[in-house]
Amino acid sequence: MAMDAQEIESLIRAALPDARITIEDLRGDGDHYAAHVVSEAFRGKSRVEQHQMVYGALQGRMGGVLHALALQTAPPDDV
Amino acid sequence: MDSDIANPVHGKIQAEIDTNDVVLFMKGTPVFPQCGFSAMVVQILNHLEIPFKGIDVLADSSIREGIKEFTNWPTIPQLYVKGEFVGGCDIIREMYENNELKDHVTTKGIAPKS
Repeated sequence: MAMDAQEIESLIRAALPDARITIEDLRGDGDHYAAHVVSEAFRGKSRVEQHQMVYGALQGRMGGVLHALALQTAPPDDV
Repeated sequence: MDSDIANPVHGKIQAEIDTNDVVLFMKGTPVFPQCGFSAMVVQILNHLEIPFKGIDVLADSSIREGIKEFTNWPTIPQLYVKGEFVGGCDIIREMYENNELKDHVTTKGIAPKS
């Protein structure tokens, strides 16, 4: 099983409505993506906390149906 | 109910990160990593000459699952420095690229391999 980029983006957006999200399918296999997420919700949070917020948005798919998501997160002006 | 009591593996994990300055829970071993993400972190640690203990989660499925619950982090590898979770492959690579990782380790009082 795999996921498509649109599904990943909508899950993240549901949890982070203000987010600017770019998703790249690294291998075209629906299993290896890179995502760059910018959201005000990340301000003042450590990278670990920011990534945990995105993993939470993915509702348990990370490490399961979604094998690899190279993640980069930041609040708006740190981009 | 205290999750450590519920999951005895947490105690095993806690003991490892308490008794070793730098611990990498990984797939495979530092000499034979079994996953690209684990291999990347091993390469970064070796390049920065940071001594670490590699723990192969593939050798113990209870640790492989328990570690994800322990930190609320869904993937392997996981790097700990002085008992604190630092990150997975993405964060370690980002810290390395921003020259933060070496400082993070030295400020915790860990000397590079001589």
